[in-house]
Amino acid sequence: MTALLEAGGTVEHGSGNAPGSSTSASLIYFSSASEYTHRFVRKLGLEAARVPLYTQDETIYAQRPYVLVVPTYGGESGKNSIPRQVLKFLKHEGNRAMLKGVIGAGNTNFGTTYCLAADKIAAKCGVPHLYRFELMGTAEDVVRVKEGLEEFWKRQLKNQQ
Amino acid sequence: MTEKVKLLHHVEAINWNRIQDEKDVEVWNRLVNNFWLPEKVPLSNDVQSWATLTPAEQEMTMRVFTGLTLLDTVQGTVGAVSLIPDALTPHEEAVYTNIAFMESVHAKSYSSIFSTLCSTKEIDEAFRWSTENENLQKKAQIIVDYYVGDDPLKKRVASTLLESFLFYSGFYLPMYWSSRAKLTNTADLIRLIIRDEAVHGYYIGYKFQKGLEQVDEARRQELKDYTYELLYELYDNEVQYTHDLYDGVGLAEDVKKFLHYNANKALMNLGYEAMFPSTVTDVNPAILSALSPNADENHDFFSGSGSSYVIGKAVNTEDEDWDF
Repeated sequence: MTALLEAGGTVEHGSGNAPGSSTSASLIYFSSASEYTHRFVRKLGLEAARVPLYTQDETIYAQRPYVLVVPTYGGESGKNSIPRQVLKFLKHEGNRAMLKGVIGAGNTNFGTTYCLAADKIAAKCGVPHLYRFELMGTAEDVVRVKEGLEEFWKRQLKNQQ
Repeated sequence: MTEKVKLLHHVEAINWNRIQDEKDVEVWNRLVNNFWLPEKVPLSNDVQSWATLTPAEQEMTMRVFTGLTLLDTVQGTVGAVSLIPDALTPHEEAVYTNIAFMESVHAKSYSSIFSTLCSTKEIDEAFRWSTENENLQKKAQIIVDYYVGDDPLKKRVASTLLESFLFYSGFYLPMYWSSRAKLTNTADLIRLIIRDEAVHGYYIGYKFQKGLEQVDEARRQELKDYTYELLYELYDNEVQYTHDLYDGVGLAEDVKKFLHYNANKALMNLGYEAMFPSTVTDVNPAILSALSPNADENHDFFSGSGSSYVIGKAVNTEDEDWDF
């Protein structure tokens, strides 16, 4: 049994990028105060912007194509599974236009609603649901998403040419 | 148990209009919306299916459920209640009362399953087994010992490991039956329990991490070491318990993968990295699919068909504010 003990430690807590700011990150994510998605994104080591934590704050604005990482917290029978903050972010037309793909976070214990928010966003916006992971992701998830994103943007670029 | 679980010394009226931690409200609402009772699940539809199991399979199934009953009883009457005195906010206390009640609902659900499917004699025999099985008693005792201890953060670790790890040697079996189209209504009920335990483990793990923010680095290291040690201790016992239950039907190795997979998730609920490598967490896809029907769908970037990937398929969107 190999124990990967370089773990957790502390995370700097944040409430997200400054409300109303623009971002040129190609990875945008939402993470609640529990910070699981935040930790996953940090492990990727990629530039990323975080949707503001408080719904009443102004959202942020994507300046270039991006992939969205969104958790699902087991909405009651599938309703209200998309975090309000993410709905607010996606209500902005420019943010929807730049959305190229979705990555879902969740927990298989939530049965049929596992990663449902990402499913819904992918369907509504006509973009691929690229990957799913649980909680803060395993080491393998991190490698797969890093490699997958790199390849994904390469192909996006190629399709534009 | 001779020690008394300590109670709050001082109580103030809880004001839900002044919230210190929004997570308390979010989780309270989630739990209330998830509320269910076993009477709503048509368990009697499983009577015919139950009759197709061999006597050995029936006995194993009842033993699994009495084991789960014991854990839910511990969590309902001791565990969740013991977390109340160390709550960081009054709303956290309220959430624990909700958790405690639901654990009692879970414990009662197994009795509903028993009374629907089995004779009184069989039920009594299964309960006797649960009091006599060493490994089962040991795991309950390890957890109870921490609950009556005086370290609030260690209690939360023990509680999260119970919610997110110790149930799964038992939860495996109804998922297994469900994957073979047996006892499907019972499996529906168990899935409701599994959903609840996920919220409980998530919340108690979150509160553990809030507690960690208030202590120094040395104490954090101590708690991290303690968590992995406790997990190893519980894991060793859990492996033996798994053999006790499943050797007769040759499922023990399959169950162990499920244990590894859930041990990783328990650690993550506490904010720690997964411990078991993916080579031993490859849960039988049929079990994973019984747990979450969309868990086995292909969502690995480009795997499969060359340059294409799956565009999200239409899903009913009932969310408000979703029109744009």
